Amino acid sequence: MQLDSKIPEGPIQDKWDKHRFDMKLVNPANKRKHTVIVVGSGLAGASAAATMGELGYEVKCFCFQDSPRRAHSIAAQGGINAAKNYQNDGDSIYRLFYDTVKGGDFRSREANVYRLAQVSVEIIDQCAAQGVPFAREYGGQLGNRSFGGAQVSRTFYARGQTGQQLLLGAYQALAKQIGEGKVEMFTRTEMLDLVLVDGQAKGVVVRNLVTGDVTSHSADAVVLATGGYSNVFYLSTNAKGCNVTAAWRAHRRGALMANPCYTQIHPTCIPQSGDYQSKLTLMSESLRNDGRIWVPQEPGDSRVAGSIPETERDYYLERIYPSFGNLAPRDVSSRRAKEAVDMGKGVGPQANGVYLDFKDAIGRLGQDTIAERYGNLFDMYQQITGENPYQVPMRIYPAPHYTMGGLWVDYNLESTIPGLFVVGEANFSDHGANRLGASALMQGLADGYFVLPYTIGNYLATQKDGAPSADSSEFKEVEREVNEKTQKLLNVDGKRTAEWFHRELGKIVWDKCGMARNEAGLNQALEEIRNLRGEFWKDVRVPGSGKDFNQTLEHAGRVADFLEFAELMCEDALQRDESCGGHFREEHQVDGEAKRNDEDFAYVAAWEFKGVGEKPELHKENLEFENVHLAVRSYK
Amino acid sequence: MKITLQVWRQANANDEGRFETYHQGGVNEEMSFLEMLDVLNESLINEGKEPVAFESDCREGICGACGMVISGSPHGPKKAITTCQLHMRSFSDGEEIWLEPWRAKAFPVVKDLVVDRSSLDRIVESGGFISVRTGSAPDANAIAVPKSNADRAFDAAACIGCGACVAACPNASAMLFTSAKVAHLGLLPQGQPERFSRAVSMVATMDQQGFGYCTNHGACQTACPKEISIDLIAMLNRDLAIGALSGA
Repeated sequence: MQLDSKIPEGPIQDKWDKHRFDMKLVNPANKRKHTVIVVGSGLAGASAAATMGELGYEVKCFCFQDSPRRAHSIAAQGGINAAKNYQNDGDSIYRLFYDTVKGGDFRSREANVYRLAQVSVEIIDQCAAQGVPFAREYGGQLGNRSFGGAQVSRTFYARGQTGQQLLLGAYQALAKQIGEGKVEMFTRTEMLDLVLVDGQAKGVVVRNLVTGDVTSHSADAVVLATGGYSNVFYLSTNAKGCNVTAAWRAHRRGALMANPCYTQIHPTCIPQSGDYQSKLTLMSESLRNDGRIWVPQEPGDSRVAGSIPETERDYYLERIYPSFGNLAPRDVSSRRAKEAVDMGKGVGPQANGVYLDFKDAIGRLGQDTIAERYGNLFDMYQQITGENPYQVPMRIYPAPHYTMGGLWVDYNLESTIPGLFVVGEANFSDHGANRLGASALMQGLADGYFVLPYTIGNYLATQKDGAPSADSSEFKEVEREVNEKTQKLLNVDGKRTAEWFHRELGKIVWDKCGMARNEAGLNQALEEIRNLRGEFWKDVRVPGSGKDFNQTLEHAGRVADFLEFAELMCEDALQRDESCGGHFREEHQVDGEAKRNDEDFAYVAAWEFKGVGEKPELHKENLEFENVHLAVRSYK
Repeated sequence: MKITLQVWRQANANDEGRFETYHQGGVNEEMSFLEMLDVLNESLINEGKEPVAFESDCREGICGACGMVISGSPHGPKKAITTCQLHMRSFSDGEEIWLEPWRAKAFPVVKDLVVDRSSLDRIVESGGFISVRTGSAPDANAIAVPKSNADRAFDAAACIGCGACVAACPNASAMLFTSAKVAHLGLLPQGQPERFSRAVSMVATMDQQGFGYCTNHGACQTACPKEISIDLIAMLNRDLAIGALSGA
């Protein structure tokens, strides 16, 4: 298979304009003859569905939650980047592009990133017009703040609930289209497989989560906006329902999966408190604007924070990275926290965290200002830990948060299956090996509002025959397979719960394919995952039936897919024998920093499915850097 | 800690439903309330029984998926949090806790503690938006918004659509939910063109969906995890009156 990224010719700043002109258009009167399926209703899915409905396409949108407004984009806290240069501090499209490529440790595709930076400007305009209540200055103009990995203030925010407000904007745009009958919404409906007709994506098979009915929906094209796979680690900052199933099913049908080992471990989350823990909670990275990170200098120092004098504290990020300090990028900050805890300097009852201290900021700015900036985060922290962060420092530790890897897409966001488009976190395209803070919201909305609605038209213009019938043999065959898998899960009738298997899988990948990886560990993980998967299919217990509302069955199906996906993630981590961004191979480091190997690894690793337990086939898309010069990433 | 749970079990919308009793030991006060239910469900599955159906997703108080009436109070005994943010340290050893779904005509029970809240989506679909075509927006700083208006709009926009206001209201009214959206958009200059027609249309839909009307009990604002104020209902009523009189 030859990967064609379809990057347009010409200078980088002209590519998108030129491409928009070169693409075919669908006549306004013909748009209603095309049906598009959108799976997922987060920032990328809702904005894509709303925009395509508005353009005149017939759209069917699916989500597993009870309302499209609950998609996990809602939990994003910190903000959204845009190259508006409203602060007059030297920002530009080129600088946002440059920062993002560098932040991604030179493992992303330049042309995609440049386009992202270009449309970032329009996103803010669109959202403000929708009524998103962004933070304002007293003069009524939009406020900004700075975020990790950048030296300009380009992050727009709505208190600590930016994701919520942006998602509600997209949800309301979607609701308008639903109300007008242009988008048909299917809630509590989970995509369980993709259907190909003559090699092209033409529909999905879904399960109604209330009645258990398995049905088919056909379309001219299918868009996956199904998010990331951080829940492979079991404990992550993702919502409980986040899963890899839709993407994995598409992968099994022929879509290549790119860079699955690129996972982002977010540095500022609340440390685990016990074995019953069901998820980890993020504390926005924006806290690092005013909080100072430190640990005691001496390992095993069990004094409370207030009793440790300044001279016996190590503000390690400020010490190691004087120019970025506490705003060092996520991958770097996470590794340094792990290093401190591994050295025995961890704090808290389980010695599994580092301090994030606001004492100086409160002294300088007053408690009211800090409450204005981060009030809801401080409240959230206190709810969970029972400690008051205005009085004692927060305790934080890294946790899986975002996945840069995903289904491979070309410049048009089309996967290796014609007619299957992938947007938002579900694709791999823009963040390379590490995503900068406040860039996920930007990418989700860029894809959904401003990229996909154009590029999908170029495909739909070639689809003259309309959607195939959902009663055709291709659909019936996939329905049969889906029903068979459900029955198989119910029939095992073993002794252990799906929850137990999920936790075990999480431990394996967190230990061996988490913040630090090495060859021996990854090989061991591969073996352990295969064994666990074998055990799952012999010993899982799923009560109830497939004919009604059965949350255990839903979860078991997702765990089954994670058990296959995890193997590919470790396989990818094993072949990438270098360190870059969030992928830290212990064999390749200089003074604790990731050591890239551009000569051998400046490529996208795109994997082809060859069967469960079979070795997947690696395809490479070489990355060319014509604008940003490959350099050692330094934040010192 | 040990607690006794009286949990509403109902197989589906047509089932009559009943309370069942579970004695739960080994509860740790650091656990979240939903983690305690996770532990209960794990043991039910291990005993070959059906676990208790309840909803949750983000488990950090923002998605609005979770919600149940805990010993008579929507989202439990503490103010300004969702069910998923409640921790067992808020309960005492030996306590008996009663769990029920949101009860409202417009929220039919799906199973056990899970209800169908799609009626709230339909209220939004009938006008809870600003009509702006993708790509047609002016520069974001072209429309200045006074900070105080932006802040008040934000307070209203903080609604998570959980439905606790409806569950708390003796009339099962969705006025607090509806007013939050009407106020959020009506406080911003961008929301002015559709301001009055929005109020009329959303309230009409609320009625059609089987929600009751507001008689100023104020139970909704007490239950609201985001502390949305009933002042917004007064704002909605004003917009509604202007809208009705002007034929918006």
